[in-house]
Amino acid sequence: MASSFARILSSKRKVGILSLVGAGSLTVGFFLNREQHVNAGAHVRRIYPPSLVLFPNSAEYPDLRKHNNCMASHLSPAVYAKLCNKTTPNGYTLDEAIQTGVDNPGHPFIKTVGMVAGDEESYEVFADLFNPVIKERHNGYDPCNMKHPTDLDSSKIRGGQFDEKYVLSSRVRTGRSIRGLSLPPACTRAERREVEKVVVDALAGLKGDLAGKYYSLTQMTEQEQQQLIDDHFLFDKPVSPLLTCAGMARDWPDARGIWHNNEKTFLVWINEEDHTRVISMEKGGNMRRVFERFCKGLQEVERLIQEKGWEFMWNERLGYILTCPSNLGTGLRAGVHVTLPRLSKDARFPKILDNLRLQKRGTGGVDTAAVGNTFDISNLDRLGQSEVQLVQTVIDGVNYLIECEKKLERGQDIKIPAPISQFK
Amino acid sequence: MPFGNTHNQLKMNYTAEQEYPDLSKHNNHMAKVLTLEMYANLRDKQTPSGFTLDDVIQTGVDNPGHPFIMTVGCVAGDEETYEVFKDLLDPVIEDRHGGYKPTDKHKTDLNPDNLQGGDDLDPNYVLSSRVRTGRSIRGFCLPPHCSRGERRGIEGLSVEALGALDGDLKGKYYALKDMTEEEQQQLIDDHFLFDKPVSPLLLASGMARDWPDARGIWHNDNKTFLVWVNEEDHLRVISMQKGGNMKEVFTRFCTGLTKIEELFKEKGHEFMWNEHLGYVLTCPSNLGTGLRGGVHVKLPNLSKHEKFGEILKRLRLQKRGTGGVDTAAVGGVFDISNADRLGFSEVELVQMVVDGVKLLVDMEKCLEAGQSIDDLMPEQK
Repeated sequence: MASSFARILSSKRKVGILSLVGAGSLTVGFFLNREQHVNAGAHVRRIYPPSLVLFPNSAEYPDLRKHNNCMASHLSPAVYAKLCNKTTPNGYTLDEAIQTGVDNPGHPFIKTVGMVAGDEESYEVFADLFNPVIKERHNGYDPCNMKHPTDLDSSKIRGGQFDEKYVLSSRVRTGRSIRGLSLPPACTRAERREVEKVVVDALAGLKGDLAGKYYSLTQMTEQEQQQLIDDHFLFDKPVSPLLTCAGMARDWPDARGIWHNNEKTFLVWINEEDHTRVISMEKGGNMRRVFERFCKGLQEVERLIQEKGWEFMWNERLGYILTCPSNLGTGLRAGVHVTLPRLSKDARFPKILDNLRLQKRGTGGVDTAAVGNTFDISNLDRLGQSEVQLVQTVIDGVNYLIECEKKLERGQDIKIPAPISQFK
Repeated sequence: MPFGNTHNQLKMNYTAEQEYPDLSKHNNHMAKVLTLEMYANLRDKQTPSGFTLDDVIQTGVDNPGHPFIMTVGCVAGDEETYEVFKDLLDPVIEDRHGGYKPTDKHKTDLNPDNLQGGDDLDPNYVLSSRVRTGRSIRGFCLPPHCSRGERRGIEGLSVEALGALDGDLKGKYYALKDMTEEEQQQLIDDHFLFDKPVSPLLLASGMARDWPDARGIWHNDNKTFLVWVNEEDHLRVISMQKGGNMKEVFTRFCTGLTKIEELFKEKGHEFMWNEHLGYVLTCPSNLGTGLRGGVHVKLPNLSKHEKFGEILKRLRLQKRGTGGVDTAAVGGVFDISNADRLGFSEVELVQMVVDGVKLLVDMEKCLEAGQSIDDLMPEQK
């Protein structure tokens, strides 16, 4: 075995002089003289022949001047210097975590997150960057001093049966990660295959209305593929550079697949953007039943993996741990496709949504346009409120929107509701 | 490591079988060669800078290839990759470069005086002439693996060296991230501007990271000598002009390259080169000379001839569309260039292009005149 782990030895290393002279480059005439402690688990930025030494942090710091994402807003040179030589126990580095944000400067109107986690420990090791990013993305939730509530008791839901003249379909999704295995940006092929095996074994144990079948992307037949497309279940290799730059499409389609129950109301994606994405959905307005199935399915799967000695990544600071910081907490998006021809044209529509803590998307999902007055309306928040609270917010909010639409139909005026509080 | 956990720390917890990629649907040089046994033998190795087997092959795993086009499917992250992973790369090189053996030696010849003729290709047919190659700066990691600091270091050294060129080589550097709108438009109009790679072959290897940081274009005032910095290789060097005077193009090419190499050496840097692989570049397909010398030539009649493919093969030439690799020919105009890179010197390759294109033009003229070209059929070079 090659002695390739020589650097993971305890030693003090004195880094010599670095001088690179280049017109206009950041490395002009830089002298470096510092001690570098190399110990087990620490990752040393590369040193290699002939005598070229470590690049100083300033030479490695990314150029974020044209960037508009949460990572760029919080990655100062000081934070970079503090974190750039750290790694998680699995070897994931800061540069890997931020690569997607460096490669994708963002959009003046849409602020993306700009970083991902490679494993559960990323959120700890790089907390100095993740925490302010989380706080910004989750509207002030402070991981340093707040706790996230988890509640999958669907019996607490009040109402939840929408007027089907307006609501065409109802859906709840979240993600789950298997503790002990690296996340999609960083996982090895074997880890990804292990995620597939653990989850598929558990899903095979589901019974009754949850009983179903797994379709591996590498092995599905043409007919199966067509059926999954017709059902709008099939996911394809990510094309968004936000995802591909983070490395989550490596080795596609190895160990990726789709599981769904026979009734086609409970669906699990394996090894797409997260270890698993879990979706409960139905045509019509019975959000209550959708959420009931969601909770039951999730709890059953959790029980089944625990039988084999596995568990989901979760902690009381951040809730369920997922690849993208935007999906921490509940990772939950509960929503409906709802037709609101009059309300959607009212100038107060955005403010009403805002105060109800809802967001609208087109019916193709994120970054799509609405078609024919039908919108995808879902919860804005993910972290700091429980699943029950968020779904209740959606139920109450959508009911309010439907009431507004009905009022406008009758020629009555509508009111902007008072803003509901964010962290309960 | 381009992304993710491609280094070995974690992987060694799993067996080779568990980690071995599924190459059952793949058609590229890497997939042809990488057996489970080879994977098992090489997977715990890494170069001094930390490049691993999985880093080498990621692009080939992610891009299964095409039944008709055989891609390479692996890249180097540094000079040492070709040593540490020779068990994989030697057979890939042998397959790609027409039987080039691990013991073969590659000859470098950048003396333009050794080229015979080449100054009189008929400009009625030969619209433009071009020679390109690449160079890597020893001691720095290659584009799939380099850090931002290294990439900026490469840019700094290159800009400094190019800044010292004078005479007809005197020119200016345009950093991708600093160029003005006008400069950008001019570079587009001159067909000099390169953009962020979109090919999944390149993206999957990690060479587009941090775009457009430390990338740029340098060209001389005459617009006949052009250098790309930090695109697919550290440097891509291009000499080109309208018309058929390949001799002049090649002379400028050699002079420019030699001068640049001297300037680097003055600062204590050299190009990656060894007597087995010649100039070392990111993709194994560009080893040796890394040279593609070619012309845009009008061959409307010959290109329709049933023996066109065979003729090119015997002349050791290849055709492309006028947009470069993977494009179609427009209006009977083809990009004709040398098929080989390794095992022949620069002079030998350009000689093949010069002699070959001369023959192709003669054949075209024959066909125009309604004559047969059977007497002109060449032997296999």
